[in-house]
Amino acid sequence: MSDTKTEAHRKGVQGTVAPEVLRQIYVTAVRSRVLDERIWVLNRQGRAPFWISGMGHEVFQSAVGAAVDPSRDWVVPYYRDLAMTLAFGMSPKDHFLSALAKADDPNSGGRQMPAHFGSHAHNIVSTGSPVATQMLHATGVALAMKLRHTDALSVTSLGEGSTSGGDFHEALNFAATHKLPVLFLVENNGYAISVPLDKQMPTSHVSDRALAYGIPGVSVDGGDAVACYEAARTAVERARKGEGPTLIEGMVARLTSHSSDDDERRYRPADEIETVHQSDCLVRLERYLLLQGVLTEDDLKSIRDAAVKEIDVDMEAAEQAPLPEPETALRYVYAEEA
Amino acid sequence: MAVKTLVEAIREGMRQEMENDDRVFILGEDVGAKGGVFGATEGLHAQFGDDRVMDSPLAESCIVGVCIGAALYGLRPIAEIQFQDFILPAVDQIISEAAKMRYRSNNDWGVPLVIRAPFGGGVHGALYHSQSFEAMFCSVPGLKVVVPSNPYDAKGMLISALRDPDPVLFFEHKKGYRSLKGDVPDESYTVPISTANVVQEGRDLTIFTYGIMVSQCQEVAAAVQQERSVSIEIVDLRSLRPLDRDTIVASARKTGKVLIVQEANLAVSISSEVSAIISESCFEYLDAPVKRLGGPEIPAMPFSPPLEHFYLVTPEKIRTAIEELVAY
Ligand SMILES: Cc1ncc(C[n+]2csc(CCOP(=O)(O)OP(=O)(O)O)c2C)c(N)n1
Ligand SMILES: [Mg+2]
Repeated sequence: MSDTKTEAHRKGVQGTVAPEVLRQIYVTAVRSRVLDERIWVLNRQGRAPFWISGMGHEVFQSAVGAAVDPSRDWVVPYYRDLAMTLAFGMSPKDHFLSALAKADDPNSGGRQMPAHFGSHAHNIVSTGSPVATQMLHATGVALAMKLRHTDALSVTSLGEGSTSGGDFHEALNFAATHKLPVLFLVENNGYAISVPLDKQMPTSHVSDRALAYGIPGVSVDGGDAVACYEAARTAVERARKGEGPTLIEGMVARLTSHSSDDDERRYRPADEIETVHQSDCLVRLERYLLLQGVLTEDDLKSIRDAAVKEIDVDMEAAEQAPLPEPETALRYVYAEEA
Repeated sequence: MAVKTLVEAIREGMRQEMENDDRVFILGEDVGAKGGVFGATEGLHAQFGDDRVMDSPLAESCIVGVCIGAALYGLRPIAEIQFQDFILPAVDQIISEAAKMRYRSNNDWGVPLVIRAPFGGGVHGALYHSQSFEAMFCSVPGLKVVVPSNPYDAKGMLISALRDPDPVLFFEHKKGYRSLKGDVPDESYTVPISTANVVQEGRDLTIFTYGIMVSQCQEVAAAVQQERSVSIEIVDLRSLRPLDRDTIVASARKTGKVLIVQEANLAVSISSEVSAIISESCFEYLDAPVKRLGGPEIPAMPFSPPLEHFYLVTPEKIRTAIEELVAY
C-alpha cells in the first residue's frame, strides 16, 4: 500500500499524535472489526441476508473520526463506514438491529439493506444505494453550515470507483468554488466490485484531481493511523478557518469480497487474496502502538475483550427485538400530521 | 389586490416567504443578477444578496443535491431548474434521494425542498425547451407535484410548498408566465397543494385539466355554452401528486361524461391515471367513454410553426372533443 506519493506525504506529517487519540482510534477500529466479523457470521448462518464489510478500511475511518467533532460536525457516509459510524456514536446494537432488519433499527427501521447508515441523533445523514449522490448532500450540509455561520464541517466518503461519476465532480467543484467546510474522503481499495483501478481511471491517485479544483488533495496510507489522523486534522483546521474543502484519499485494502453476495475469487488474483491480509491495517496499528509504547499487549487484549463483550451483549439485545409489523410499510412516505 | 401575471405572482410568493423565513434561499442557473431566464427571481438578488439568491454552477444534479443537503441541515431551499427539459441530470437526486429520504430513514430525516421548473411548449422552444415531464414524477411516492393554472394559485401554492416538510416539484408553464393574469392579494396567503379546484360547475360534462390548459378550456367552454344549452364543469387538477381522488370521482359521477385535457403526450400520463380512477370508481355513472386530449406520441415538440401547431392541443381540438362527447 505504500508508494512514492504516500511516502512523500508521510514524511511531511511526522507530527506527534497524543497517546489517548491513538488509543481512541484503536478502540474504534477494533470495535468495528469485531462487529463486522460477527455480522459476517450471522450472514453465513443465514440469519442476516446481506452484509457489506468495512474490513481493511477501519483505521482510516477511525483516524478521521477522531480528528472531527461528532457533537457538531456531520457525516454523510457510504456503506463501508462502519467504523466511522461508531466514531460518531452509533452502537453495535444499532447495527445488529439493522443487520437483522428489526423495527427499532435506527438507520431505517428495517427498510433498507444493512450498511445504509443514518441517524439524526448522531449527525449521520441517511444514505441510499446509488453511489456518490452523498457527495452533494455533504456539500449542501456544509453550505447550510456556512450560511448559518457555524464553525461545523461535514465529512463524506466514497470508494475510488464511485469517483468516476458526475456527482463526485459536481460536489468538489461546488464546495471548492464556495470554500465550503467539507472533508471529501476517498477510500481507495483498488476495486469497484470486480473492476480494478486501472480500468477505472488513468491515474493511480484520485487525490491528483484536487489540483483541478484548486484545493489540497492528499493520499495517505490507510494503515498508518498517524498519517491519516494528521491529514484529517490539517483538513479540519482548513475547513474551520473557512478556507474550503480538502480531498483525502486513504489507500486501503478490501479484506473481503465486495459483499456477502460476491465471491472475489472469480476476479482477484489468488496471491493477492493471500497477501492482502498481511498488511491488515489493524495488525499494523497494533504493531505501531506496541513499538511506540502507547499500549501494551495486555492493553490490546483488554480492549479486544471489551469489544467482544459489548458485541455479545448488543447482539443478544438485537436478537430479542421485534420485527416490524407488515402494515407499517405504509408509513412515512410523507410527514404525518402530528 | 392587483392584477399580476403568473411570473409576478411566483416572484412575490418567493419574496414574501424569504422575508418571512430566513431559512429560505434560492439556488439555480442565472437566478442572481439576471433574475432568471424568465425573470422569476428578478430583484431578489438585489434584495437578499449572494447568500440567499445563489447562481449555481451549470450542473442540475448539483443544484438539487446541494439543496437536499441544505434542507437536511434545516434550511428551506428553492432549487430553480432553468428548463424542465434539463431536469433529467437531477432525476437521480430527486427520485433516489429526495423522494426516499423520509421513508428510508423511517421518518428520521425529511427533505423540505421546492424544485421550480418552467415547462411546456407553444413558444417555439422546439424539442428541448417545450417538454412536459410531469407524469414521470407523478408515479413516485414521496414527491408532491403541482402545476398552478393562474397567478392566485401560483403564489398561494408556492408559499404552501415552501412550508411543506416534503419535496415539492412546482412546475410553471412558461407560456403562461406573462399570458396568465389575475387578481393576486398583496399579502402572503396559502392555497393547499393537495386539492383540485372546481373552477366552474356544470351538469352535462366534466373537463379535467391543469396548467395553461385550464384557461383555454374555460374559453372554449364559454363559447360552446353560448351557442347551445350544455352545462360544462371544469376541474383544475392543479395537484398532480397527490391527485384529489374525491373531487375527480364526485365530478365524474355527477356529469357522467369526461374529457381530460393535457399538453403532454397521452401514454402513461396524468390523463391515464385520471381515467383509471374514473373507470375504477365511476363505471356505473358514465354515459360515454372517457375522452382524452393530449400531444401525439412523438419524442417532443418540433420547431417549425406548422409542426409545433400540430403538436399542441388547440381550442379547435377541445371544441370538437366537447361536441363529440355531448352528442354521444
Ligand atoms: C449508481 C450506482 N451504480 C452501480 C451501483 C452498484 N455498485 C454498488 S457498490 C459498487 C462498486 C463501488 O466501488 P467503489 O466506489 O470503489 O467502492 P468500494 O465498494 O470498493 O468501497 C457498485 C458498482 C450502485 N450502487 N450505484
Ligand atoms: Mg473500491
